Amino acid sequence: MANIISDETIEYVGILAKLELSSEEKEVAKKDLADMLNYIDKLSELDTTGVEPMSHVFSAGNVMREDVVTNGDGSEDTLSNAPSRKDDTFIVPKTVEG
Amino acid sequence: MAKNYETVIGLEVHVELATKTKIFCGCTTEFGGAPNTHTCPVCTGQPGSLPVLNKQVVEYAAAVGLATNCTITQDCKFDRKNYFYPDNPQNYQISQLYLPICRDGHVDIELEDGTKKAVRIHEIHMEEDAGKLVHDDWEDVSYVDYNRSGVPLIEIVSEPDMRSAEEVIAYLEKLRLTIQYLGASDCKLNEGSMRADVNLSVREVGASEFGTRTEMKNLNSFRAIARAIENERARQIDIIESGGKVVQETRRWDDNKEYSYAMRSKEDAQDYRYFPDPDLVPVHISDEWLEEIKSRQPELKPEKMVRYKEEFGLPDYDIGIITDHKKLADIFEETTAICNNPKKVSNWLMGETMRIMKEKNEDPENINFSPANLAELIEMVDKGEINGKVAKEVFTHVYEDNIEPKKYVEEKGLKMDDNADDLRKTVEEIVSANPKSVEDFKSGKKQAMGFLVGQVMRASGGKANPQMVNQLLSEILLNM
Repeated sequence: MANIISDETIEYVGILAKLELSSEEKEVAKKDLADMLNYIDKLSELDTTGVEPMSHVFSAGNVMREDVVTNGDGSEDTLSNAPSRKDDTFIVPKTVEG
Repeated sequence: MAKNYETVIGLEVHVELATKTKIFCGCTTEFGGAPNTHTCPVCTGQPGSLPVLNKQVVEYAAAVGLATNCTITQDCKFDRKNYFYPDNPQNYQISQLYLPICRDGHVDIELEDGTKKAVRIHEIHMEEDAGKLVHDDWEDVSYVDYNRSGVPLIEIVSEPDMRSAEEVIAYLEKLRLTIQYLGASDCKLNEGSMRADVNLSVREVGASEFGTRTEMKNLNSFRAIARAIENERARQIDIIESGGKVVQETRRWDDNKEYSYAMRSKEDAQDYRYFPDPDLVPVHISDEWLEEIKSRQPELKPEKMVRYKEEFGLPDYDIGIITDHKKLADIFEETTAICNNPKKVSNWLMGETMRIMKEKNEDPENINFSPANLAELIEMVDKGEINGKVAKEVFTHVYEDNIEPKKYVEEKGLKMDDNADDLRKTVEEIVSANPKSVEDFKSGKKQAMGFLVGQVMRASGGKANPQMVNQLLSEILLNM
């Protein structure tokens, strides 16, 4: 079944992804997303009765580390990415608690 | 006629775990470092970095689950919760939605009036904390420090089983005590290592459906929680009584102004689009591992209470107070192990220790004296080396500066004076200097005796053996 992405959906997905799309871009995105969903829908044709839902592609499990400090002061590397900084902090546009 | 309303409350409690390192990287969790010094590519969400789970986080989370009667999910995994906010550099928080590590537990609480009740736990999941934002007072900017980003948390989600602020606080206190006993967190509300969000709704008494709930954030003390609950209950009843509808929303409590306001941010779509984190493989807690964690569970308050009664024969009242703080219980056990005098240790803890603590507005957590010094003081009183009054004075120095009582008493010359000849002389002097009191005593006023004892004690600089003073005084007065 062919999927159709509505104008409301593309608007909403844009908000979630923090993207501002022009009306031409929206049309392209609508078509691309519909194509992707159609492609994924192939899976629905498969009979999965009795198959456990898979949580992960790898068979490995329990990859863990001991609780030992291995990292030192990483502030210079971390802050080298800051578009703007004040002393040792990143500066961002003011956020309201939320 | 006014209707009767019932308050329905469920809690989401976040607890910072006491691990040395963050949940997915080897950065320290130490509090108070210079901004961004405790960061690396993993906890700042750099492309290509890979998180590796801290084993201790799983063990602490399972330990809390076991202590709160939960079922441990032996095959659990992590999911991504997607949202944009500057305190969250990955643009998603690693959390657990589909298979949280613990489920279906309960915490038994007891109220002032003796009512007992079980508060059910829906689930406990592991997740990472976010960074810290500081808002500039003058400019339109915020400053970001990622030291806290990736610090391990557990979130304990209760069922909506509580009906009053009193029940909420009893539940939180029980939870805090349990987690402190486990050593999984210090659970300080004022420092944010324990944070409670209150989900509250009201409904008419007898109604079978729940009302619409709100979520209250920013509650930093038990007092703030109690006030916010009363305030929110009244607010919701007002809305309903005036014909309105409660809106499901998140509100922020302002404890100074004693009111809450709705938190709204622009384009606030509550759509987290959870999905399994492909960077983290599933966690399997084998039967053996689970048994190992169980075998390491320390003694908790209920078992301690039984043991204190059997092993030390302490009164229930003492047991209740001492086991109410892990620190007090630890000091009690260590001191008793040295001086083997449980009731006297208990008396010092409940009496002088609590008194000084109250005076200084401190917590048992602040206690710094070593059990060896308290034990030494108790032994000195037992052997009659100092009297009770001097002992109390010495104890204030033990509490404040952890001094060694023996050394201190010697240096200050506070040893109990039981030289009978000297004392007899002092008593005789006091008796002849206070004829009025002697007369009072003879005419049957027994209080006069107390006055004379006091005078002798003062004359001896507080060092006289009070029993000897009493004995000598009676002897001299009766022979007069």
